[in-house]
Amino acid sequence: MAVLSAFHGFLAGIGASVIGLLRATGALTLFAAQGIMHCFLPPWYWREVLRQMMRIGYFSLPVVGLTALFTGAVLALQIYIGGSRFNAEGVVASIVAIGIVRELGPVLGGLMVAGRVSAAIAAELGTMRVTEQIDALTTLSTNPFKYLVAPRLIAGVLTLPVLVAVADIIGIMGGFLVGVNRLNFNAGTYIANTVNFLEAGDILSGLYKAAAFGFIITLMGCYHGYNSGRGAQGVGTATTNAVVSASVLILAANYILTELFFST
Amino acid sequence: MTKPKIALKDVHKSFGAKQVLRGVTLDVMPSESMVVIGGSGTGKSITIKSVLGLVKPDRGEVWVDDIRADKARGARRDALLDKFGMLFQGGALFDSLKVWENVAFRLRRRLGRDEARDLAVEKLRRVGLGPENADLYPAELSGGMQKRVGLARAIADDPEIIFFDEPTTGLDPIMSDVINDLIREVVTEMGATALTITHDMTSVRRIADKVAMLHGGVIQWTGPVDDLETCGDPYIEQFINGRADGPIEALR
Repeated sequence: MAVLSAFHGFLAGIGASVIGLLRATGALTLFAAQGIMHCFLPPWYWREVLRQMMRIGYFSLPVVGLTALFTGAVLALQIYIGGSRFNAEGVVASIVAIGIVRELGPVLGGLMVAGRVSAAIAAELGTMRVTEQIDALTTLSTNPFKYLVAPRLIAGVLTLPVLVAVADIIGIMGGFLVGVNRLNFNAGTYIANTVNFLEAGDILSGLYKAAAFGFIITLMGCYHGYNSGRGAQGVGTATTNAVVSASVLILAANYILTELFFST
Repeated sequence: MTKPKIALKDVHKSFGAKQVLRGVTLDVMPSESMVVIGGSGTGKSITIKSVLGLVKPDRGEVWVDDIRADKARGARRDALLDKFGMLFQGGALFDSLKVWENVAFRLRRRLGRDEARDLAVEKLRRVGLGPENADLYPAELSGGMQKRVGLARAIADDPEIIFFDEPTTGLDPIMSDVINDLIREVVTEMGATALTITHDMTSVRRIADKVAMLHGGVIQWTGPVDDLETCGDPYIEQFINGRADGPIEALR
């Protein structure tokens, strides 16, 4: 009898977890659908969109730039070491370029922005929820989705590709600096190898990924902040959840998008 | 017979197993200042949030003029919300906007920047704040000044109905008195319908035309403010005298 009861308890636990997961997925899907809908329906708060573009894009430039610079530099060293084992040191420039624009630029850039921006959005919206500012928006005849969520989603989708494009250039430059100064490549040859082997599809696939990551980052920040629990603990939890979920979803979306680009 | 401006009919609301409202029925007449009193956690805020659509009642009806407020959606709901102004307990001012931008938030939908700013400065003056405060951010103001800015924002677009959520909480007695006077003045001057929730009896006596006592999820008593002391209702008596003994159970 006791075994049966424990088994029931075990099954109930699994059932509760599954229902919780489905409920959370449903809530997130509805939130995302509502957010996207308000991106396309007037009125638009362009001043808010510009403000968010500055916060998400411009102010993330230093952290993303530094990440790209060091990633490009390390990649050049690693590929040189690996390539020298089968006399293929010459591929350093092209592999650095392809690695940065297809993969490392968007993914590492996305993860850095997720840490910075998702947390900031969740904390801001969570505080607004706790201090009734979101309720105040409603009483002032302003839809919080239009004023808070849509501008952030638009800004994320538009600025991440630009940010990643800049990160790509800085990352390739990091590889170039190491290649020329540390590994003694000829500067002209390095640049020629970078340009010649890089295709438009490489660059575009990275930028498409960046747009998707921009959406994920801002969506997670908005979702967790908007639904934040009460008090400082609620805002703290929302911030943590936003960063963790954005990071995990970026990595999962990266695989799915890479498969998609790989097949086409 | 005059129709109520706001009417709640048998409104119920639960959060999980906790039943907060168990059938609230309340009429607020046009240009009347109704104050809802009751202890902490009795559902006063939920009552006004039900009217504004910030909380969806589980059962019952909420009417504003001839519109079923709890069912209003889209443009109908927007039109309904345009009738309201609200002063929140903590001010709920937007941190990222300057004081004048907070006050002019709703005005900006129909007015240009300069015109909206001029009107916001005028509303700030109405609540006793000079134009030098217009370009400050809310965080640079004291609690009393934030309340005044919240009041200026609530009255900025001359709403037909104004809600005041615990308007004097967290203020010293003198500032409380100033805010009470301001509320009474602006409500009388604008001819607006006011619904205030508070447990500050000084506020009640200064602001109210009528008082409703919320306890146990229902309105226990309602009547003119002048009848408060003599009504003989045990709940009212215990509440206004602040006694621990009586029908309202106090946690010790």
